[in-house]
Parts: sequence; C-alpha cells; structure tokens
Amino acid sequence: MKSLAELAAIRSKMIEQVNMRRDENVNTRVVVGMATCGIAAGARPVMLEFVEEIKKRGLEHVTVGQTGCVGMCRLEPIVEVYVKGQDKVTYVHMTPEKVARIVNDHIVNGRPVEEYTIGAAQA
Amino acid sequence: MMRELADNIMDIAQNSIRANASLVEIDIEVSREKDLISFKFIDNGCGMSEELVKTVAQPFTTTRTTRKVGLGLPLLSQTASMTGGEFKIESEVGKGTTVSVSFGLSHLDRPPMGDVAGALFSLVLMNPDTDFLFVYDVDGKSFTFDTREVRAVVAPIPLDNPEIAAWIKENIEQEITTLHGGMIL
Repeated sequence: MKSLAELAAIRSKMIEQVNMRRDENVNTRVVVGMATCGIAAGARPVMLEFVEEIKKRGLEHVTVGQTGCVGMCRLEPIVEVYVKGQDKVTYVHMTPEKVARIVNDHIVNGRPVEEYTIGAAQA
Repeated sequence: MMRELADNIMDIAQNSIRANASLVEIDIEVSREKDLISFKFIDNGCGMSEELVKTVAQPFTTTRTTRKVGLGLPLLSQTASMTGGEFKIESEVGKGTTVSVSFGLSHLDRPPMGDVAGALFSLVLMNPDTDFLFVYDVDGKSFTFDTREVRAVVAPIPLDNPEIAAWIKENIEQEITTLHGGMIL
C-alpha cells in the first residue's frame, strides 16, 4: 500500500527540480473536452492515455487540461492541441488507440495527424 | 446512459467545480446487504435557487450557453430509477449542493462501476486547486482519500505534478482494488 512517507520523498526530489522552474518551457497544451457529452463519448480513457503517454516519454514541456462543451457534441471526444506559435489543431472522435500517434507524430515530431482532425471528419 | 457509473461520478462532480466549490466530497458505498450502490456528492459551491433545484433534473435545464440541454443529472436520475434506486438533490444558495443517488446493486440494468479510480484521479488531476474528499465503502470496510492531506505533505508542489499525480493514481487504484477483493462490481 502507498504511504505518506513515500509521498514526502517524492516531494524532496521535486523541490530540487522546481528550483529550476520549468513553467516557461511549457509550450504545448493538450485540452480534452470533459463535459457530459465528452464523458459519455469516452473522454476519460482518452485523457488518461495522454497523461500516461506523456509521462512515459518524459515530455516536460506538455500539460494536459480539460475544457467544457464547445457545442459540437456529435464529434466528441474532442481534443485540442495547442503548440506555441502554431495554429490550434482539433482532433475529433478520439479513442485511446489514437493517442500514441498524436503524441509521436504531432507533439514530438511536429506533424499533425490530418486524418484524425475535424477537417478530415467534415470533409 | 453513461457506459460506466464511473463516468457519472466524473460528470456530476464537474457541476460542483463549475459552482466554484473549494471542497468536493464524494462518498461511494457498495452494500451487498442493502443490495445498493450509493453515491453522495457534497460541495460548498454557489448552490442553486429553489426554482432551479426543481427543474435541474430535467433535460432542458442548463446554465450553459454552448448548448440548450443539460443531461448530466437527468442521465443520473434515470439510471437510478431504472435500477430501483433513488435520486435526491438538495441545495442552498451560498452554501452548496448535495446530490444523493442509489442504484440496485444486483439489478440487470445497472451499468458496471467501471474505472472509478481513473475517474477520481482525473478529477484531482484536472482540478489541482480544488480539494476532494473521497470516501469509498464496501460492505462496511472503507478507504478515505483527502487531497488536503496530500497537499499538506507535498506543498508547495502542486497535485498535478506528474510524480505526485502518479502516486495519487496508484494509491487510489490499490485501495479500491483491495476493498473489492479484486472484483469490481
């Protein structure tokens, strides 16, 4: 079972890193729609997969957040990826299986996955 | 209907977040004796007027502007009534809101619990500045998770720090799995 002592140890380790504050390095935000429509369509496993994949690759410049309903419920789960200095990319009908490719192609290698985007879905 | 009760938990708790609650308590009780699964959401958010409370479980009530329907509470109350459970909401402006709901544990139409640990973890991770108190009880044995305790140990590191978040996730997963003795209903 997890203990609070373990947590205190993590804190000590983190304190050192926070002294070299990395906030200014955060240049990519992944935002998952988490309103009723998003959740019902399966947003939670998608969000957890992003967290997992980003942690696995140690991508410290990426944060994962949530947003409400943007009024396109039929396209949920919707994920928006904001890379500093670039246009927002909106991915629709997301599944956990699509996450690894978005992290690899788009976030790491800078090539948005066109076929998962809202543009491809509505074409 | 949501695929898992875990999805309802996430969804209903989001109402508390939007009501600017600083503390959200979620009590989950699984009782084989009563043949019920019960959830209670207690927040100290802005609360609702009596008029709003009366209509809030109807699908055409929402405070949103992006769409004209609000399905979170109607889906929850429908799932409760179709499984022989109950749904109740109490609220006071300026004090907060309490939503109580139950489902028939052995009822054929009850959705599975699903990934409750994932739902609770997501809430903490996505709302690192809100405090959560989770009480999870299975047949009288319970587990409590309080972000205020975690915060006291890790301050000034935020709860959404990846290492802290990973600890929280594993902690909740292990405790819930242990309570259920491996099989989550």
